[in-house]
Amino acid sequence: MANVNYMLRGTAACPGCPIPRELNNILEIAGKDTVLVVPASCSTIIMGDDIHGMPSVVPVVHSPFAAPSAIASGIKAAMNQLNKKGNVIVWAGDGSTGDIGFASLSGAAERNEDIIYICYDNEAYMNTGIQRSGLTPRGAWSTTTPEGKREFKKPLPFLMMDHKIPYVATLSIAYPFDYEAKIKKAMTISGFRYLHILSPCPPGWRFDPSLTIEIAKLAVETGIWPLMEYENNKLKLTGPSILLKDKSKRKPIEEYLKLQERFKELSDEEKRLLEEDINAMWLEIERRMS
Amino acid sequence: MKTITSLVGNHAVAYAVKQAKPNVLAVYPITPQTTMLEKLADYVSSGELKAELIKVESEHSAMASIFGAALAGARVFTATASQGLLYMGEMIYWVGGARVPLVAAIATRAIGAPWSIWDDHEDFLTKRDAAWIQLMAQNVQEAYDLTIQAFKISEDKKIIAPCMLGFDGFILTHTMERLELLDDSSVDNFIGKRDFSIIDFDNPVGIGTVAGPQTYMGYKYSIKKAFDGAKERIKEIMKEYSEISNIDYQPIECYKCDDADYLIAAMGAWSGDARVAVDMLRSEGKKVGLIRIIMFRPFPKEEISKYIKGKDILVLDRDYSFGSGGILANEIKSISYNLDSKIYSLIAGLGGKDVSEKEIKTLAEKMINKELGDEEWLM
Amino acid sequence: MNDKNFDFAISIPSKGSGGKTGLWRTKRPVINYDKCTRCRFCIIFCVENTIDEKENHLPEIDYDYCKGCGVCANVCPVNAIEMKDEAEV
Repeated sequence: MANVNYMLRGTAACPGCPIPRELNNILEIAGKDTVLVVPASCSTIIMGDDIHGMPSVVPVVHSPFAAPSAIASGIKAAMNQLNKKGNVIVWAGDGSTGDIGFASLSGAAERNEDIIYICYDNEAYMNTGIQRSGLTPRGAWSTTTPEGKREFKKPLPFLMMDHKIPYVATLSIAYPFDYEAKIKKAMTISGFRYLHILSPCPPGWRFDPSLTIEIAKLAVETGIWPLMEYENNKLKLTGPSILLKDKSKRKPIEEYLKLQERFKELSDEEKRLLEEDINAMWLEIERRMS
Repeated sequence: MKTITSLVGNHAVAYAVKQAKPNVLAVYPITPQTTMLEKLADYVSSGELKAELIKVESEHSAMASIFGAALAGARVFTATASQGLLYMGEMIYWVGGARVPLVAAIATRAIGAPWSIWDDHEDFLTKRDAAWIQLMAQNVQEAYDLTIQAFKISEDKKIIAPCMLGFDGFILTHTMERLELLDDSSVDNFIGKRDFSIIDFDNPVGIGTVAGPQTYMGYKYSIKKAFDGAKERIKEIMKEYSEISNIDYQPIECYKCDDADYLIAAMGAWSGDARVAVDMLRSEGKKVGLIRIIMFRPFPKEEISKYIKGKDILVLDRDYSFGSGGILANEIKSISYNLDSKIYSLIAGLGGKDVSEKEIKTLAEKMINKELGDEEWLM
Repeated sequence: MNDKNFDFAISIPSKGSGGKTGLWRTKRPVINYDKCTRCRFCIIFCVENTIDEKENHLPEIDYDYCKGCGVCANVCPVNAIEMKDEAEV
């Protein structure tokens, strides 16, 4: 019995890239009456071309880098006016989401457009060859931060919560049940929904492609990537992250860092600062939960 | 049934948009377009226009959102000017390349720096290579009429391209003129039902996908062919409109050209001043005519070349291509090859500088007396 | 190129939009069915979605498209998948 593929196999994604799996699990839940809006990113390439076709089994609207939130707003407005039903989902990388497209993302969120925005965060401009973005973590090597990034990772999930939208969640493909539960919940809510997936990138993070799921899992277990959900103005932790509020339950971040060559040159001082970033993030979570 | 009334240009265009019954609008405020946005917001808020007006956070998003809405089958509209049109620039090219039917009104305005809110045509003309049909109005009546025509042209099956209407900032946007409005059902019948939707859940496709070197050029060639064919179709559509409005529309207007020894060429609001200058020159026995360009893209080469053979032509440009010359002058030069005509380029009215009929007349006289340089700046 | 419709640049759903990606493989995952517990981890986590579930619930790898990344072998809790050199199989 063949799997039903919602992302048809044989994509142009690098070996070990989790994007086809992440999209497959979204489309499986969203169903056929869904349109994806995809800005410039690795997914532009993964979505194929005019000669070889595309892996998606639902319509895809390709978008300039800064435009997906606005294009999705327009599609939904047209569907409403023409009495058509369906999901409008933006599938964007961290560069489009947090940097070049942030104004239009913020605008669409402030207008509470009835769309689902999903950021797959591989923590740099990977399609152009690993340049740092606002969402690259502190200390990480990239081709534009050969000495390691000096600044912290822009906290997109918190920024989106501050837009007071109905739903914000963080996801990891290493936890498929938590992942799918959040997609399902997002489908039941109307208004602007923001989902943020930490999406490990073998060539960009410099790890063996077989480790994609292991690294995604370690990001959660070390507390670097807390799984959480914000709904009705309330934030809560989900799945394995619930217990990790207690710092002693978290695995040491070295276990996550040592598998990735992008952190190879991390100094003790930078590691300390990175840990401070993570502690500050957990304090912020607690503050928002109370 | 026609209604005779008086409206400022922005409200005349808003009224035409209301009659075209778009489903989705997205407009961002910018002088001198803003009062049109306000009018549209009133129409939507009062229910006179059943549409969604997306109050976007930028012009880039205005064009992006109506692009998305157009793909989903909606009739759509936006408007902007100057910096806003430039900020929209990436999306302007994107929708041109994607061949999506939609309409944008441009309240023409100078481009900074330095800051200027006043009129010239530089903004409109920067988009000449973006695969858009471009029309330019001379007065408020035309701004209204051409807006309605723009919807039909854009959605026509033989054309399928975005369409841009230019009308001079303040000179037309904020000036009240008498005009004749069509009744709603005439507009309905003229434009017809929109039949363009590419997002189809039962036939999923990827829109705007990557096209490699083997195919990219094929798409560009198909746009070229569509634009080549669009000219004749636009003429038919203009004729159709002329029949219901009783105002004659053509890609170019010729005023006293047939027996003219000399010509003035212009587009936009100041063509009216050029026309007065022609009348003054004629009253002095000088055989001067006016060619007015209404359709700038596709450029009406054949239509213009019919009139310019062997003539001296004063071309008025409210714009400039630095390091090259007046944009309209260059366009006309490119078709005057082998026609033995001489082009005199006049650069004037940049950033709202007033240009009078008398000044145009004086320059035409200088042309007749062979006292004019190839390019003059009216300072 | 001539029989192609050039009105709009579109793509249609197709398997192998990135080519026969099985040709990228340098290592091949081979399932030891004696060890397999049918836990489905490899099916769920295969990032390219190239592992099918057979009628007896055993996994089966689609070698036409499997890129050989090794995620399946890494997530298998009983080490039932071995990555073998392509040259050797």
